[in-house]
Amino acid sequence: MFLEALFFQLGYNATLVTFGATLLGIAAGVTGSFLFFRKRALVSDAISHATLPGVALAFIVMVAFGFDGRNLPGLLIGSAISAALGLFAVQWLTSRTRLTEDAAIGAVLSVFFGFGIVLLTVVQTMSSGRQAGLEGFLLGSTAGMLYADAILIAGGGALALILVGVFRRPMMMASFDPEFARASGINLDRTDLIMMSLVMGVTVIGLKIVGLILIVALLIIPPVAARFWSDRADRVVLIAGALGGLSAWIGASASAVAPNLPTGPIIVLTAFGIFTASMLFAPARGLLISAINHRTFQRGVHIRQGLVSLAQGQPIYEPMTIRLLRAEGLARADGVPTPDGVARASRVLRDEKRWETARADPALEMAAARYDGLTQIEDVLTKDQIDELDARIGGPREVTQ
Amino acid sequence: MSGAEFVPLSLTPLLIGCLAAVACALPGNFLLLRRQALIGDAISHVVLPGIVVAFLLTGAISATAMMLGAATAAVVAVVLIEGIRRFGRIEPGAAMGVVFTAMFAGGVLLLELSDTSGVHLDVEHALYGNLESLVWLDATGWGSLMDPSALRGLPPEVFRISVVLFLITALLAVFWRPLAISTFDEGFAATLGVPVTTLSLGLVITSALAAVAAFDAVGSIIVIAMFICPPAAARLMTNRLGAQVAWSVAFALASAIVGFVLAGYGPLWIGGTDAVSAAGMIATVSGFILTATALMGPKRRSVV
Repeated sequence: MFLEALFFQLGYNATLVTFGATLLGIAAGVTGSFLFFRKRALVSDAISHATLPGVALAFIVMVAFGFDGRNLPGLLIGSAISAALGLFAVQWLTSRTRLTEDAAIGAVLSVFFGFGIVLLTVVQTMSSGRQAGLEGFLLGSTAGMLYADAILIAGGGALALILVGVFRRPMMMASFDPEFARASGINLDRTDLIMMSLVMGVTVIGLKIVGLILIVALLIIPPVAARFWSDRADRVVLIAGALGGLSAWIGASASAVAPNLPTGPIIVLTAFGIFTASMLFAPARGLLISAINHRTFQRGVHIRQGLVSLAQGQPIYEPMTIRLLRAEGLARADGVPTPDGVARASRVLRDEKRWETARADPALEMAAARYDGLTQIEDVLTKDQIDELDARIGGPREVTQ
Repeated sequence: MSGAEFVPLSLTPLLIGCLAAVACALPGNFLLLRRQALIGDAISHVVLPGIVVAFLLTGAISATAMMLGAATAAVVAVVLIEGIRRFGRIEPGAAMGVVFTAMFAGGVLLLELSDTSGVHLDVEHALYGNLESLVWLDATGWGSLMDPSALRGLPPEVFRISVVLFLITALLAVFWRPLAISTFDEGFAATLGVPVTTLSLGLVITSALAAVAAFDAVGSIIVIAMFICPPAAARLMTNRLGAQVAWSVAFALASAIVGFVLAGYGPLWIGGTDAVSAAGMIATVSGFILTATALMGPKRRSVV
């Protein structure tokens, strides 16, 4: 059942919803990365909470004019208007008063949401409001979605993705290096406006599927997860899109199988699972690879310093150094070097001496800057240069292994 | 309106609303000045899974278990956020966003998966509380305030939030000076020997305590609004910390009282028949107060 949903074989509507969610997830991941680079990830939280009064007001207005209050395009237009108001309020509070952006975000989020709740209780007391199902917008639901709604979401997701593609270049420059972007003739205010409009678009389209409380997760979690996979901004954006799409695809499929559970939390938990896996195992900055790199570095330093001590006939007291040297077959437990250890120690000592000479020579300044106590000088200088250093040092030319 | 109607139906919710608002606004002042305003937002989201897990473990709605569960969840969230921030080298806002959405999603899903139909625990209740239901049915009028047997029938939330408010006030009074110094200049405070890290963690834990106690009574939306709006409005009124705290308490009380009255009686005045959500209205009123101070507050601009 889950596999069928995953591969779009569970009826036309479910397929459309899953497809739309996937497009939305990709668009959210990409848009969210720009927000994340700008360190404004939580602005989206204010925007998404600010949609609630718009949804409720749109319902009330539509009913007052004799339409069906559950008309999805109408509700989404209402939500977009109030989200824009919320965003404007955040900007206004930060630019016109001395409140910081986080305070403005929190104030707008709570006040708009509170007012939305007031309007929701009004809707519930209206005769047509009892089955309005507006609560579905809080946590998302795909159950009983109309064909037209599914089309709207799939189309909206596709549109958001296209717009992200069109505007990716200025947004990338503005988020990565605002000063450079300005100098290159990019209008920062307009780029920010486009970015925020995209965030709003993603929020509004995602309202029905993910719900307004958790849509922010789709904008934040994939970029943060993608950050562990690469140090390059353009790759992070692409990976974030992929991870966002993956989360939404798996989550929406899972929720097609369990129609009574709210969709939003399933998608968010899927995204969080992907985040956790990325943080632990991603090859670029994941915790596992960091731990391994740290360990390798530590080993290298201990062995190198141990060999330097052996070469100079100094005793080693550090237990870890002795353990590592023993494991490599370079020393005995009492700290006396094996023949192998003696040879390696002389090589290390020669390397250190060559470095010392190189660092004293202003002509080799650039190369000498790469001295870190681990890099072998053979990796930095040519054979001719090393020969010249050796001539300056004097003494035996070759050391037997 | 007579005391016979007001005291049993409106006095206790109003009182709880006021106490909860002040309990949140007090630590909110310091969070605001330390640019940690959104911690209140994060905490109020993460207490949901804590409460649900506590319910699943004990199988009953018990105030102590829920408070413990919520406090544990808050601590887990703080640890997770710090962990992601430090080990993942992710900026704090995004780390917070990851943790609180995921934990909230987990709480919602747990709640929906477990059978809580028999008890008073659902997502809507967690979000916007049910202030109106905290009535005092044993009261018959103002006289009941002197009647020990009627007082025993007070909703337990009254006592819980009072104790928490007292505790928070006492903590603020005791740690006022180090807290104030470290809020404005952490480096200077550290040179004076103030344990700044402990103090900072203590502030977060105190905020969590306020959030959990208020959440229990009034739902998360008031908690977030009261953590941020009254202190933010107060910040636009004065440059002095003491005055700011006093203003924030006044604004919190005003929001709670005006909001509660508007929610309960406002619809009747304009010809409606049903009250609207008190929690939502309190948040709305606090927003109006913030707007007013942002337009007219004497210290609304930053000092140049």
